[in-house]
Amino acid sequence: MESEFLATMVLTFKLASVTTLILLVIAVPLAWFLAFSSLRFKSILETIVSMPLVLPPSVLGFYLLLAFSPVSGIGSFLMDHGIRLAFSFEGLVIGSVIFSLPFMVHPIQAALSQVPRSIIEASYTLGKSPFVTALRVVLPSIRHGLISGIVLAFAHTVGEFGVILMIGGNIPGETRVASIAIYDEVESLNYAMAHQYALTLFVITFAILLLVYSLNKKSLSSLR
Amino acid sequence: MIFINIKKKLHAAEGNIEANFELEIDDGEFLTLFGPSGAGKTTLLRMIAGLEKPDSGIIRVDDEIWFDSTKKINLSPQKRSIGFVFQDYALFPTMSINENLRFAASDKTEQSFIDELLDITELTNLAHRLPDTLSGGQKQRVALVRALVRHPKILLLDEPLSALDSTMRTKLQDELALIHARLGVTTLLVSHDIAETVKLSNRMAQIESGKIVHIAKPLEFFSSNTLSGKLNLIGDVLSIQYDAPIYVVTLLVGQSVVKTVVGKQEAQLLHVGEKAIISSKAFNPILMPLK
Repeated sequence: MESEFLATMVLTFKLASVTTLILLVIAVPLAWFLAFSSLRFKSILETIVSMPLVLPPSVLGFYLLLAFSPVSGIGSFLMDHGIRLAFSFEGLVIGSVIFSLPFMVHPIQAALSQVPRSIIEASYTLGKSPFVTALRVVLPSIRHGLISGIVLAFAHTVGEFGVILMIGGNIPGETRVASIAIYDEVESLNYAMAHQYALTLFVITFAILLLVYSLNKKSLSSLR
Repeated sequence: MIFINIKKKLHAAEGNIEANFELEIDDGEFLTLFGPSGAGKTTLLRMIAGLEKPDSGIIRVDDEIWFDSTKKINLSPQKRSIGFVFQDYALFPTMSINENLRFAASDKTEQSFIDELLDITELTNLAHRLPDTLSGGQKQRVALVRALVRHPKILLLDEPLSALDSTMRTKLQDELALIHARLGVTTLLVSHDIAETVKLSNRMAQIESGKIVHIAKPLEFFSSNTLSGKLNLIGDVLSIQYDAPIYVVTLLVGQSVVKTVVGKQEAQLLHVGEKAIISSKAFNPILMPLK
């Protein structure tokens, strides 16, 4: 029982870490585009990114499950290449990435739109390429947005339930994360075990947030 | 030698205007652009820097073409040898003063040159500080030094002193003059302040509605006008009314509405909505101290 508890917790945080990492790579260029572009189809992209905020998780989970199923076009194509997404860890990662996207993109986008245009132009007039400018000038000045995005996306993935239940099911060590386990234990009236999961999640999440915010505050005050 | 002949549509508050700048600037010259806001001074600077694209024309610096619409050449700001000082300083907030300068410097820039610039501008003791901890005048100096560390051919200053109080302004004007004398870098300054313009520049260009209407050395600037009047005011014609046997013309000059009388021939040359020069002879105006 103890080893199963441990495996579930490890899986939960592995899923959150992998998701957050992938999101970071996707979200920075996406937020950059949303903050600085003036193209017309921007608002369509903005809408798509924000959809998970208002859509019931079961809706997204349902469509992902259909897409992943071996009888669908995408699913059978992936199956032919030896990838099974329905009821697998990889499938959970994809679902979580989509579902937590706005939580990562929005804080970064908000921070980017606060960056004065002139410091970017100043960097250009000093001979620095857009890439060097992004890396050395822009990203350091939006680090609070980055930290908020990372924390929100991580915490949201840890707490996600609906999508994961739809596309992952409840396979121990494979797709069974803590939030599912709590539901499962409660259903079988095993309250002690449910408590153990719930309290652990509560404490760890609290500790992470506390750490991040106090670090954030320190780095803010070191600037003064 | 910088040769500029460019056109661009500007979206000004009072509608679109077609800007057309024709300008030659000698090496080492200090040229000031002044005129009302919205006349296109900043846009001209930004087009020279490559931050904005002219609709058509040519910008040539020595033998290098920076912009040529017929040959489809448009060098990026990175490839133009410029130093730009922005109105809001545009210092990198996460880097110390020294890091701001090192970031700007190319690998070839010697630390001794940076140190010399820091010394002229009295910034040596502040080099480890972050921009947010500096005063406006200090920030502006850092921005100036940062624009100079790459040894640019042209230094572009977009109203760098407008946000400062008059004491700090005077001090920075002196430093600017000192740096220009020391480095001899060709400098273009945008300014609202005529006194500042006269003090600093070799030549001054007056810009109105996207055109250079007058360009001359500072002291000649105010005496070389072809009209015999000593006092020239530019105003907008608001109305022309026939009041036999004369015409009454109402003009807006600055904030005040002025009425004056002209004959039939002169009235035919004037049109409502266009600009006109009101000229007054030396013995005519009444001067009194402003209370």
